[in-house]
Amino acid sequence: MSRIPVVERIMKANDDVAASNRQLLDEHGVHAVNIIAAPGAGKTSLILAVSVALAGRVRVGVIEGDLASDVDAQKVRAAGLPVYQINTGGGCHLDARQVRVALDQMPLDEIDLLLIENVGNLVCPVNFVLGEHTRLGISSVPEGDDKPHKYPTIFANVDALALNKADLLAFMPFDVAEFERLVRSLNPEIAVFQVSSTVGTGIDALADWLAGLAA
Amino acid sequence: MISTRQLATFGLILTRGYNRPAMHEYAVTENVVDIVCRHAVKAGARRVRRVHLVVGELSSIIDDSVQFYYDLISEGTVAQAAELVFRRVAVEVECGACGYVWQPADADWTCPQCGQAQARVRAGREFYVESIEVED
Repeated sequence: MSRIPVVERIMKANDDVAASNRQLLDEHGVHAVNIIAAPGAGKTSLILAVSVALAGRVRVGVIEGDLASDVDAQKVRAAGLPVYQINTGGGCHLDARQVRVALDQMPLDEIDLLLIENVGNLVCPVNFVLGEHTRLGISSVPEGDDKPHKYPTIFANVDALALNKADLLAFMPFDVAEFERLVRSLNPEIAVFQVSSTVGTGIDALADWLAGLAA
Repeated sequence: MISTRQLATFGLILTRGYNRPAMHEYAVTENVVDIVCRHAVKAGARRVRRVHLVVGELSSIIDDSVQFYYDLISEGTVAQAAELVFRRVAVEVECGACGYVWQPADADWTCPQCGQAQARVRAGREFYVESIEVED
């Protein structure tokens, strides 16, 4: 019996494909954002809202990740954006290979900003880098202000956080100051946006920030 | 422990490769089996007895299901029936303001020393196969 040292990163296979995705995106001048949130946080609605705000300034493309169906892709397509739907067939996250297949189908030369909507999940997507330049997390007011306690990993691993459904703050007990304090304690560099896709609060600020990334 | 055959009976047949149903533990475990097989074959090992994994508490939520998936995926390989041994690494952060180093007990990483929110992660992101024990 002998012990063989290995010291190999478990996610290396995915990370390698992600690095190649990143290179492809850079060659085409596309800035990719991996959007991670729980089901129902409002990922698709927020994508649509910022895309409207960016119209004429930044060319947006979308990759939709879902367990099944193409209802999200249909909404995005109806808004006139190039979109590719990935169905993970039960998988709880997107991985770099799935995104590679999508990238090969997308008109990358006609896109400045690629918004990748991950599968609704606050745990699994964190491990799987896709080749994105930026990670945007979305929390929504009805999910409660204690989310950072339950899922610290996601808050520690995104570049920006949109607190969606901010219009509901008037109707629900949600301590925004405490929420933001916790989020910033986990991630001092994080950019935080209060937004509402429904009434339009904060959408311009988030869109401007995204436009800055894609410039 | 449910056998592969029982799973198949329930119609829950897990096949290797891309685009199959997968919890993230399954996908992660596929990578582990690949790494273990590669290193075991390279070393000319007859059989892998133990696999030592280092898992930071920030890196991933994985649990006993990994051993379950491992048993399924490694079947018929040199890595079959090995025991997975986890070394968990606690989250350790350093205050960017005063340099204090501590292991946070909860999701509030405000520095207990100076009260600043400038924590930088020093440990807890590890996620790798450290070593394998093999029969030569």
